[in-house]
Amino acid sequence: MDDKIMSGCGLSGILNKKGKRFSGKDIIQSIALMHDRSNGLGGGFAAYGIYPEHKEYYALHLFYDHQKARNKVENTLEKYFSIKQREEIPTRKVKNISNQPLIWRYFVKPDPNQLESRELTEEEYVVEQVMNVNENIAGAYIFSSGKNMGVFKGVGYPEDIADFFMLEDYEAYLWTAHGRFPTNTPGWWGGAHPFTLLDWSIVHNGEISSYGANKRYIEMHGYKCTMMTDTEVITYLFDLLIRKHKLPIEAVIQAIASPLWSEIERMEPQAQNIAKTIRTVYGSCLLNGPFSIILGHSQGFIALNDRIKLRPLVVAEDEERMYVASEESAIREVCPEPDKIWTPRGGEAVIAQLENAGKGVV
Amino acid sequence: MKKVFAREEYCLGCKLCEVYCVTSHSRSKDVVKAHKSEEITPAVIIESGENLSFALQCRHCDDAPCVRACITGAMQKDPETGIVKYDENKCVGCWTCIMTCPYGAVKRDEYNRNIISKCDLCSETGEPACAANCPNNALVYKEQEEEGE
Amino acid sequence: MSLSLKNPEFLIERNYDRCINCQVCERQCANDSHYYDEEMDKMLSKDENCVNCQRCVTLCPANALSIRQYPLEYRKNSNWTGEMINNIYKQAESGGVLLTGMGNPTPKKIYWDHILLNASQVTNPSIDPLREPMELKTFLGRKPGKLEFDENGNPFPLPPQLELDTPIMFSAMSFGSISINACRSLARAATASGIMYNTGEGGLHQDLYQYKENTIVQVASGRFGVHQEYLEAGAAIEIKIGQGAKPGIGGHLPGEKVGDEVSRTRMIPLGTDALSPAPHHDIYSIEDLRQLIYALKEATDYTKPVSVKISAVHNVAAIATGIATAGADIISIDGYRGGTGAAPTLIRDNVGIPIELALAAVDERLRREGLRDQVSLVIGGTIRNSADIVKAIALGADTVYIASAALIAMGCHMCQKCYTGKCNWGIATQQPDLVKRLNPEIGEERLKNLIRGWSLEIKEMLGGMGINAIESLRGNRLMLRGIDLNERELAVLGIKHAGE
Repeated sequence: MDDKIMSGCGLSGILNKKGKRFSGKDIIQSIALMHDRSNGLGGGFAAYGIYPEHKEYYALHLFYDHQKARNKVENTLEKYFSIKQREEIPTRKVKNISNQPLIWRYFVKPDPNQLESRELTEEEYVVEQVMNVNENIAGAYIFSSGKNMGVFKGVGYPEDIADFFMLEDYEAYLWTAHGRFPTNTPGWWGGAHPFTLLDWSIVHNGEISSYGANKRYIEMHGYKCTMMTDTEVITYLFDLLIRKHKLPIEAVIQAIASPLWSEIERMEPQAQNIAKTIRTVYGSCLLNGPFSIILGHSQGFIALNDRIKLRPLVVAEDEERMYVASEESAIREVCPEPDKIWTPRGGEAVIAQLENAGKGVV
Repeated sequence: MKKVFAREEYCLGCKLCEVYCVTSHSRSKDVVKAHKSEEITPAVIIESGENLSFALQCRHCDDAPCVRACITGAMQKDPETGIVKYDENKCVGCWTCIMTCPYGAVKRDEYNRNIISKCDLCSETGEPACAANCPNNALVYKEQEEEGE
Repeated sequence: MSLSLKNPEFLIERNYDRCINCQVCERQCANDSHYYDEEMDKMLSKDENCVNCQRCVTLCPANALSIRQYPLEYRKNSNWTGEMINNIYKQAESGGVLLTGMGNPTPKKIYWDHILLNASQVTNPSIDPLREPMELKTFLGRKPGKLEFDENGNPFPLPPQLELDTPIMFSAMSFGSISINACRSLARAATASGIMYNTGEGGLHQDLYQYKENTIVQVASGRFGVHQEYLEAGAAIEIKIGQGAKPGIGGHLPGEKVGDEVSRTRMIPLGTDALSPAPHHDIYSIEDLRQLIYALKEATDYTKPVSVKISAVHNVAAIATGIATAGADIISIDGYRGGTGAAPTLIRDNVGIPIELALAAVDERLRREGLRDQVSLVIGGTIRNSADIVKAIALGADTVYIASAALIAMGCHMCQKCYTGKCNWGIATQQPDLVKRLNPEIGEERLKNLIRGWSLEIKEMLGGMGINAIESLRGNRLMLRGIDLNERELAVLGIKHAGE
């Protein structure tokens, strides 16, 4: 059993509601303003809409510690997927970034014969392969696996990481960013945020006191928590409740940041029954202790605080864009005069969606 | 007025009420001294039979027969507190009160003095010691209206 | 038989400077340990009768009494201790089985005392229960692994659940083994505290039907007092397979304790021993258990959760998994230190395993089987304080059963003589003069206070961990660390050692 990794952080997110893509400059500027919320031991970004030419393909981003790991992974990928394109992710030399691993990306589709024989949905198949690589191939780590989206992260301040990956050259309709302040030094690029599974990406600030309970619950449902971070567990919880249990998003929020019993008692009978039932069944999913998270997905983001608001989270809106950040200044840095700016209450989710989001989140 | 009521279903017959009655009416207020070096007759009477017991003390009747019968005025009803008070200095030991008490709640002194012993609701200390110290709440000091319970 | 070789166990010491000859001790001792000698004008003692229940000590108004171990010492011998020798004298004279009451008192390792709790510092804040909400509400009953909603967005109804305001319940103690006033105290305190009490296997006295919402009715191998009305008189039904104090054998109620009311409630003749068969004679394997579970569910129209209680034995994890798959909604496990009204001493002290290890193993196995979130887990035997509860829940329990602690709250002084029926505290007795010594108003108040005090302490400990809902503690073994435990013990408990 490894130690659990504790960390504090800053986070930021920007969505263009109309789905228009914009460069990474704004998000970099926003997260860079909160420089002091991180300590140079982790920074990262998730960008949605960056691979329109490959949008039917799963974009796998990988860290390799050495060539041997790359050979092994490529053998595996060739067996289970058809690979449309493979390339090193372009980077530039940056003064404060060192010891970087080999960083590659692959645009892939499940091999139809393999998929059929496994009797899984395409998504389940991809998740299984991602977990397989991460667990079984030493020195290799898939840190991004969604379609038309990608995560860029590493050890360093977020603005340096952005510089390293040349993110100003990418265009996305949704960006989230994270600067990390871990209390110990894992020094591992995979440990930075965002954490992802398929299209889901999570950036998160805070330490979950319920981690041990959440972890044992999620492991009972077939997930393996290999990274000992809150973020990993949160990602899996969302994946379980949204993708596997197919719960409506409101129910997911109520499971993860449950209303207090005293609030439930004051609800209308129907709402009360729903809230009470969710808490009774999904008590182990309750994230307890301080957190603010931004859950990114292909249709937008969900921002959420713990139910007694122990971490900061501010949201703003203007005509085209929704903003979310740990600090108001990080929003005003890129949008000095938003139409609306507010602080959501504890446990109250802010759901930001593309205007043309066809079928909603789930 | 508040009186002491017995709940025989919880009375253990342990007679601690007697012990604390004596102590409460002692000079020293010390359990050991009160019993070893003072001569005090308890004012509470424990009635017991086959698996039944209860503690009885003066009911402080509104129209108290003992007060009417007392030949010296030693027995008086306090108009303010309602307590039937007894003044041993005025008492001549005629025992008329003992004979007229319908409850049998007045006792002769156990040390052969010409005086009687009777509950004064511990007017000196304010709370009847028998009720305060009953280990099973079998004696309760409360308002009379609830007597019907 | 000629001379008895038994020595008194206890010595009654009387301070004659303080004794006032009030005879309270004499009147309070059902074992005739005290008497007044008129000639000597003195209180005297019969040490050999004393069981050290301390009723006299507590009630003595002059503080003149104390009780000690009888200071007789056999020649030093770690193998043949005084207790071993005395037991042989007893059996050589009686030819019988050594009997005892209450839980295993032997000095085996108590794992609770080797587990330490965590608290928040800097990286996440502790929560102040005096100023912030702190939630202990707990539901027991079967839950679906995943929730489904109908077309109107309403969740499909859950199977029946017990709703507890705090994760504590009063464990099974039958009317017969304890007095009606003890039963009344438990039922009323459970109702007032928003928790459950358990009838034990002795049926349900008519006076207690009013506490239905807070009652778990038990069905044991003797089926004493079990009928349709009884099954409907509780919020849940518990099938008792075993009890921690005496795994493998059934309940024993000596005929002396079977008076009028007990006989009517149990539906057995007056004065007869009530001996529950060792096994349920309709359960010789797991599939039989399933039939009984569903028979009880059918009988009550699927409106009540069904619990199955077993004692913690060597392969408890596999048995618990079987119980879960057999359809039980709640699994209740009783550790080897659990109490009893009467058990053979050697069984109590040598059969079964510690609840801490059993709990850890069962929770882990149920998780591995993917069943843990569907079935509730209740443990007892023994929980001694609120820290034990917090540790139990962090190891994986939903809630705990307490019984010895509840008895102690009502006045029990752990003299272990419940089986004699002469409990001076009015608890484990049916003698009318003794029964009335427990005023249920006082019993209720003391139990309520205990539950309240423990709940406050649980909240304090949760707050310290930065948790404000009990469900975030459940199974959260990262909140625990071991101390003075070896690798195997840590592995079974699934916790790290302090400092790791």
